[in-house]
Amino acid sequence: MERIIMKKLINHPDNVLKEQLQGMQLAHADLINVHFDPYYITRKDAPVKGKVALISGGGSGHEPMHGGFVGKGMLDAACPGEIFTSPTPDQMYEAAKAVDGGAGVLNIVKNYTGDVMNFEMAADLARADGIKVQNIIIDDDVAVKDSLYTAGRRGVGTTVLVEKICGGAAEAGYDLEKLSALCRKVNQYGRSMGMALTSCITPANGSPSFEIGDDEMEIGIGIHGEPGIKREKMKSLDEITEEMTMGIIEDPAYTRKHKEWSFEKDEWIEVEQTDEPFQKGDSVIAFVNSMGGTPVSELYGVYNKMNEVCEKNGIKVVRNLIGPYITSLEMQGCSITLLKVDDEILKFWDAPALTPAFRR
Amino acid sequence: MKKTQVLDWLYRTAAFMEENKTYLTKLDTAIGDADHGNNMHRGFSNVIEQLPKYEEKDIGSICKAVAMVLISKVGGASGPLYGTMFMQAANTVNGKEELSGDDLKKFLKAGLEGIIMRGKASVGDKTMVDAYTPALAAFSDSIENGDDISSALDKAVAASEEGMKSTIPLIAKKGRASYLGERSKDHQDPGATSLTLMLTAMRDASKA
Repeated sequence: MERIIMKKLINHPDNVLKEQLQGMQLAHADLINVHFDPYYITRKDAPVKGKVALISGGGSGHEPMHGGFVGKGMLDAACPGEIFTSPTPDQMYEAAKAVDGGAGVLNIVKNYTGDVMNFEMAADLARADGIKVQNIIIDDDVAVKDSLYTAGRRGVGTTVLVEKICGGAAEAGYDLEKLSALCRKVNQYGRSMGMALTSCITPANGSPSFEIGDDEMEIGIGIHGEPGIKREKMKSLDEITEEMTMGIIEDPAYTRKHKEWSFEKDEWIEVEQTDEPFQKGDSVIAFVNSMGGTPVSELYGVYNKMNEVCEKNGIKVVRNLIGPYITSLEMQGCSITLLKVDDEILKFWDAPALTPAFRR
Repeated sequence: MKKTQVLDWLYRTAAFMEENKTYLTKLDTAIGDADHGNNMHRGFSNVIEQLPKYEEKDIGSICKAVAMVLISKVGGASGPLYGTMFMQAANTVNGKEELSGDDLKKFLKAGLEGIIMRGKASVGDKTMVDAYTPALAAFSDSIENGDDISSALDKAVAASEEGMKSTIPLIAKKGRASYLGERSKDHQDPGATSLTLMLTAMRDASKA
């Protein structure tokens, strides 16, 4: 096979996903099973009888999300698509059949047009087989202001927190309806914002997905190497962190409609939801995430300033998560997620988990 | 349009997607996530790889098989959209070995309705619907005026190209390009482009 010259640890772009999944299977054979036709990853002891199964998925290139979060206390299955390309319905359908323990399946879907459509088709296929399925959409990116003229807010950092919290609740015996309600609540309580210092290169393209000057940064990015909402001249850590944190704290109420399955009507329905803004006195989980290329040391710098901005605004950080958890290949940059918590959310955040990338 | 021409259409589409892989991805890099060319190429090379298995069947079954391959191989938003398009279109031509102008009109109409059902886009949102809608209107008018399939497809392709170009100044309202807001202006929509390639392949097949 012809070797493609690109400064990446890969062989041929066509084989990247397969080789990486093979490595994952070898490294974590005690926790997960990787299936190759089609691609999906299941927890070792699936299906867990009587427990609602949690499935998520999306394009690859965001590792450790989602495959790294498969295991006890988090996901039952993850479906990796090609790099930055949503997975196909057959993957989620096969995964649902493999992990349904009789209590139904909750699909955690990030709000990207392709992901939403593919998960919808997969849910229809699984339902035709008699599996109870609900899809809950995660859309927490405050950089997107309206849902009327766009595909709505993207699913970013809150997704990781949802997978941990709902995973804990599923383990504790929540039924599909209760788990869906918790998932919806966590999404409504979570808000994120991301920024990039550099672009990233997908193996299939071999060139950066956007051009950016040495003295520039991109604010309000998603997680697919797509350009953000605006481009600015490079600023200091404190200025950048303050802009992002305030963007989250001051984000007003956000209303949009999501498609969910109505078990009563036996059809997809549009459900209107509103995220209420943060208020003085709120307690939050703060998640400072690397886009892949930013070192953990710099994330602590972000956390330091973010904490100060939160305190100044009456927001109390009661838990944190710091590190590369939802990445964009080798992109330099970070995202901040603040998730308002209550006793229910905290209890499941603190619950045990044993997965390749998250252990408690 | 004979079955052999329908098959020829699919082979030509695959060839177009291969030739234009880099071009489609370049368009998608500007306003999307830089994978449209690769995804369409992967999808249609799988389609023609599997095609020998279905060649003996009727046009409806062939198109249904194409739909399933696209749904399972393309990913992104284009997989479900083009997959649904072929699936809905296939349902109108079950059991047929040849398509009349009127058959092809129904076939194309159901395809567009499939895309709209799945993607909820309207004309002006900067999507494949902007090329498909005028193309279908031009084709239908032409057939109703008594033109043959090949000249009706000439008009459809011309309308599709015009629709495709009309996406350039638009602000995207659907899909990943919508996040760019004003910055999505001055770029041609990759989906409208691949749709136009597909219609062009159909026109070429109708003349071969």
